[in-house]
Amino acid sequence: MTRHRKIDHPDNDNRLDSMAQGVLGKPVDRLEGPLKVSGLATYASEARPSGMAHGVLVRATITKGRVVGIDRQAALALPGVMTVITDPRMVRYPAQGMAGKGPKAGPDVVDYHGQPIALVVAEGFEQARHAAKALRITYEEEPAPTDPDTVTPEVPDAKQKAQGDLDAAIRDAAFSVDCTYTTPTLMAVAMEPHAAIAEWDGDRVTVRAALQMLASDRKQLADALGVGPEQVRLLAPYVGGGFGSKLGIAPEAVAAAIAAKELGVPVSVALTRMQEFDITHRRSESRQRVLLAAGADGVLTGIGHEALVSNLPDSPFSEPVTQATPFTYQAAHRRIAHRIARVHRSCAGSVRAPGEAIGVTVFEAALDELAEAAGIDPVELRLRNIPDREPGTGRPYSVNRLGDCLREGAHRFGWNQRRAPKERLEGEWFIGMGMAAAVRVNMLIESRARVTLTEDGAKVETDMTDIGTGTYTILRQIAAEMLGLPVDLVEVHLGDTDFPPAAGSGGSFGAASSGTSVYLACEDIRARIAERMGCTDAELRLQDGRASFRNDTRELRELLAGEVLVAEGHVEPGDAEKQARQATWGAHFAEVAVSRHTGEVRVRRMLGVFACGRILNEKTARSQCLGGMTFGIGMALTEGVEHDPRTGHIVNRDLAGYHLPSHADVPEQDVVFLPDRDGFAGPMQAKGIGELGICGAGGAVLNAIYNACGVRVRDLPATPDKVMP
Amino acid sequence: MQTELFINGRVHRLDADARVTLLDALRHHLGLTGTKKGCDHGQCGACTVLVDGRRVNACLTLACMCDGAEITTIEGLGEPGALSPLQSAFIAHDGFQCGYCTPGQICSATAMMDEIAAGWPSHATEDLNAPVRPSPEEIRERMSGNLCRCACYPNIVDAIMEVQG
Ligand code: FES
Ligand code: FES
Repeated sequence: MTRHRKIDHPDNDNRLDSMAQGVLGKPVDRLEGPLKVSGLATYASEARPSGMAHGVLVRATITKGRVVGIDRQAALALPGVMTVITDPRMVRYPAQGMAGKGPKAGPDVVDYHGQPIALVVAEGFEQARHAAKALRITYEEEPAPTDPDTVTPEVPDAKQKAQGDLDAAIRDAAFSVDCTYTTPTLMAVAMEPHAAIAEWDGDRVTVRAALQMLASDRKQLADALGVGPEQVRLLAPYVGGGFGSKLGIAPEAVAAAIAAKELGVPVSVALTRMQEFDITHRRSESRQRVLLAAGADGVLTGIGHEALVSNLPDSPFSEPVTQATPFTYQAAHRRIAHRIARVHRSCAGSVRAPGEAIGVTVFEAALDELAEAAGIDPVELRLRNIPDREPGTGRPYSVNRLGDCLREGAHRFGWNQRRAPKERLEGEWFIGMGMAAAVRVNMLIESRARVTLTEDGAKVETDMTDIGTGTYTILRQIAAEMLGLPVDLVEVHLGDTDFPPAAGSGGSFGAASSGTSVYLACEDIRARIAERMGCTDAELRLQDGRASFRNDTRELRELLAGEVLVAEGHVEPGDAEKQARQATWGAHFAEVAVSRHTGEVRVRRMLGVFACGRILNEKTARSQCLGGMTFGIGMALTEGVEHDPRTGHIVNRDLAGYHLPSHADVPEQDVVFLPDRDGFAGPMQAKGIGELGICGAGGAVLNAIYNACGVRVRDLPATPDKVMP
Repeated sequence: MQTELFINGRVHRLDADARVTLLDALRHHLGLTGTKKGCDHGQCGACTVLVDGRRVNACLTLACMCDGAEITTIEGLGEPGALSPLQSAFIAHDGFQCGYCTPGQICSATAMMDEIAAGWPSHATEDLNAPVRPSPEEIRERMSGNLCRCACYPNIVDAIMEVQG
């Protein structure tokens, strides 16, 4: 039986609050924890089917042009080498998330330096790695632009928005700011590199892969291989982080499947860390101009946010930098501009919170400049500019908790201890505090799950993934809550396209979307139990394996009498998402120390206060936010790709050159969730959480640097050379 | 190339290419995939294992260099139902999300606690003449070779402090 619901209206029944088991929202340990801490959770590259061969991708050493010849003799003569593959179906870069078809194929055409052009397969990994270097490749090179600042950018009409007269507002303003920030290319850098192991059985291929969204990935891979989706099975029970980099299929999965077919043996292809930098999606660099006009009271009259980003010619994605700008603050005069430079750097795509991650960060830094210019406290400035309804459209907000987050955060952080720049000096260290708002759009995506209830407990099955987000655990909690079972009696099986297709992990929509599908399936099962108890669902109480209605309490075992109840839940977004502006809200606070001698910045403490609907698991939700906040530290202080100005190639393509925050860079961090419910998000009133923590976090750090030492860094990251007071 | 490895208390005889790293020996040849490959360049710590009790990056160590060595991998520290105190503390404090850096973090922390107990100083040690006291600062400094992109750092420090405390 399928219980389907389209979310056409806000659902404010809060059914979950009247359930009896009391496990949802609780800080329950991760279901798969014991496997992960003992090394038994198996990731993409960790199967060893017998006869498996190893493939290593070979990358182009030109920026643009054609491969006109590959001399394979030397490579094929090496021990263990089985084949060199240059199949025209091999893809040049990854698919964008949720794309319905495979990415651009044809490895003989080179679009960027580092693009895969061939696969060398050998019996042993070391043999393949060595042979990959022995190919002699000749190219026909074409000149190609690689620097976004040197080309005339595209200006897509649909992405330009204006209202009123921003220039006049700036002219007439009591206080105004016109500043330009730049952010570098950033990488997701999930700790597990992309990998795939493909194995054919007749005309069906099974691929163990590092992917976030199996239902759409399956279609992409089928399209790329020229087979039907039903011939492709994807397995991704554990995924070692994604952050957007594993949304769509990538070259290794296609190459592994092609090689496995050709050779008739299973083939494993794993990207090296350097290939990961070269081949997987990057977050576009950006140049952002922010214009702000305000009256003497700090109330905004004008907002401008103009962004220049880049991508390959024809790529449909461009970093939606200004996504949250139109609905976060009010102002009568507004201008949003979006320009795309077409350059031959690697393909740009979604990386954790595409848009807001860098857009909110920069906008919040610019607001700090306005607060300074107007002599108004930064928290107060924001509080004065929170709209009642969505500017431009006049729609209501589903919920807007920005003000609450700001106030709660300021109070908890001790914001009133903040001093003027350079006023707090401890030894060699200037100490400063900064803050920023956090905003991220909220989405629901179609999702399905199957729930099976037997005498022994329940089982959830869906092709949803857990990329560290806590999916296993929250789906277990939802089913346990709805069906009145201790969590231990609920199994969860994910990451297999043989299960009902789910939303996948991306855009922070995974938990609410797949969670709602489990909720709906359980609702269906509850209705059938209620019928047996002679009551309605609302009157039914399920707890600890027992059903009760008034004085009648019966064991589920007795009610089921050996029968197995199976239901599928199917949720789809509907009109509710059009009726109101849905977003998640928060506030970041950071304290930093800046060395007056070296310009080194140390983050000393950080607080994030968030409101994102119902929290499904306090423990895993908090960890998601810690992760986002730490991405913000990296963005503010250390992370940035250097492109070779001649070729566009990523120069610092390893973890020694691209600096992720490490243990020593991350101080005490506090996360606070405000109690929140958002009926527009569906019957669970739960919203996304995985990306909110990164939105604005880096801005709080940048603003704290200014407050510490009086240096405004507008070219990220704020490395010591730029901070040196 | 013939190599004899004593891994988690068992003898393994490996006949492999001389270029095989200890990491690939574990993952590709011996079915011990608990040890992870994050960079293969000694830059992330995901491959940390204990060789004769000391933490090393298995990706920077050739398997043939370990002939006769005692190696402990994450699988040897504990298993579901019989986890080590540190493994349990990682679960309780949510010291991981995706779990990919986790075996390396746990192996690294296991050896690091011994290093502190043995009095090895670090950049964060304040008094070089007194016994080293475990503290969040010591742990952050000493664990900085183990990157976690999910960024469970505060939780990892809490987990280690609980066991070390
Ligand atoms: S895999 Fe060995 S340090 Fe990264
Ligand atoms: S838990 Fe994902 S990298 Fe550490």
